[in-house]
Amino acid sequence: MVFGLTAAALAQKLRSRELGAVEVAEAFLRRIESMDPLLGAFLTVAAEQTMDWAAASQKMIDQGEGGPLCGVPVAVKDNISTDGVRTTCASKMLENYVPPYDATVVTRLRRSGMVMLGKTNMDEFAMGSTTENSAFHPTRNPWGLDLVPGGSSGGSAAAVAGGLAPLALGSDTGGSIRMPAALCGIVGFKPSYGRCSRYGLVAFGSSLDQIGPFAHTVEDVALVCEAITGHDPKDSTSLDLPPISASGLKQGSLKGLRAAVPEELTGDQLNPGVRSVLESAMGVLASEGACLTPVRLPSLKYAVTTYYIIAPAEASSNLARFDGIRYGSRIAEAGDGHVEMVAKTRARLFGHEVKARIMIGTYALSAGYYDAFYNRAQQVRTLMKRELLSTLQEHDVVLTPTSPVTAFKLGAVNDPMALKLLDLCTIPANMAGLPAISLNCGFADGLPVGLQIMGAPLEDERLLQVAYAVEQALPDAQRRAPFSL
Amino acid sequence: MPISLEEVRHVAKLARLDLEEVEMLAFQGELNALLGHFSDIECIDVGSVEPNAHVVQAYNVWDEDVASEGLDRQRALRSGSLTRAGFFLVPTIIED
Repeated sequence: MVFGLTAAALAQKLRSRELGAVEVAEAFLRRIESMDPLLGAFLTVAAEQTMDWAAASQKMIDQGEGGPLCGVPVAVKDNISTDGVRTTCASKMLENYVPPYDATVVTRLRRSGMVMLGKTNMDEFAMGSTTENSAFHPTRNPWGLDLVPGGSSGGSAAAVAGGLAPLALGSDTGGSIRMPAALCGIVGFKPSYGRCSRYGLVAFGSSLDQIGPFAHTVEDVALVCEAITGHDPKDSTSLDLPPISASGLKQGSLKGLRAAVPEELTGDQLNPGVRSVLESAMGVLASEGACLTPVRLPSLKYAVTTYYIIAPAEASSNLARFDGIRYGSRIAEAGDGHVEMVAKTRARLFGHEVKARIMIGTYALSAGYYDAFYNRAQQVRTLMKRELLSTLQEHDVVLTPTSPVTAFKLGAVNDPMALKLLDLCTIPANMAGLPAISLNCGFADGLPVGLQIMGAPLEDERLLQVAYAVEQALPDAQRRAPFSL
Repeated sequence: MPISLEEVRHVAKLARLDLEEVEMLAFQGELNALLGHFSDIECIDVGSVEPNAHVVQAYNVWDEDVASEGLDRQRALRSGSLTRAGFFLVPTIIED
């Protein structure tokens, strides 16, 4: 059954001609048609374009071309531009927007021969941690259909965990790949800032955003990275480095691995079930020869606060372009001047959380408050980066839970501050530009618990090696949701 | 210091958001709740630490001065809500 295969295994069957790219794409499209109404993972299923991609991939296979994942289907988060395929960012503002160009990562998916199935649901403009802020509908967790999948890349995570796609792309600004990966029990990776082009990603926080993959295994994630990362002249924040390589992936070992475990993220802030599973997993790693050391990183206490100054500030600037003129609908009444039209369009077509963050960001940047808030937050950011980098000089990786909680019921957490605190473990990696991965390390009350591993900037290959070794030591890590089988 | 409704109106104007009164009140509440948390970072000793607007040390990333194809005009106009004769239409911006 194709739905249970890893991307690597599927790719092998495609290369050996045991399966064809077109029949594989059709099988996944059929499964999406029958099962996605239960999950709500997709906003747009590309159907016709999917078959074009699949035909092109089969040609590549026949000619001995294409990358290692040629013919393997992939779902793409709906804030990544896809030429000719609607891209909404889960917002009414872009409900009918069809981009005239592909994001660089999408061009690279095409070039490597992966086959795009469609665009996945998310929190509106990537603002949220549960995918409940989508303007269209929530997405449900395959581990429990009344539970959130996490966010903001909840649709991508649910699609993979639910067996609707072997691979997916998401974006991560404060944890939006890692958090849903943890709640859905799969692997989610955020590369070092600058290793994956942001060209074509609808910007939220330009100094924080990175695109990254979801999959069932670390190997699959590494193979996607090989295809989509690497220098892009179209993104001036893209570093002049080659793609992340998967070649040394299986050569890592846990013996002698020096792992720092921050006290600020592994104590009472955690749900007891999460804490217990984490401690158990860390025990296994220690028994395999890893050296785990508690450390103190005091600046992490301020991670959420500084993030909720910096990210909204950047967002308020990035979302200024949505004025109903060049893209999206416009709302205007007779006699409205330009400013009235823009202000009405934005107020009516942005959702509540988006408006809230624009308001916070605008306030933090406004005259009289810029120094007290934005500048100060940037200084704390520097301190946080220094603490993390200095820890990563003495240790190979930093280990934390990905999320302080497991998946909770849709609608259960309404308090805006409580929702923000869920990001406390994931935010630091974005603030410091570190590569970070989440993989499943066990179950609490039947729900997945994610282990987060952070590495030094630009040591993505090393981090993936460590993650692979961890994955081999934790057999529970690859258990699939019953929904997907 | 708590934020006044007047300040909320001002911020909404800066952000080009024509909010309903009930939204203004809601955002006043949310902003004030957040401000309480923002004050946490006022007390940290940041000394003379440089603010870090970015995490990568990249400066002046230039392109080669070589002409290349831009976005085709028809394609660029395709998504506009109101277009005519190759332009996006907007209400009058500059008045007498």
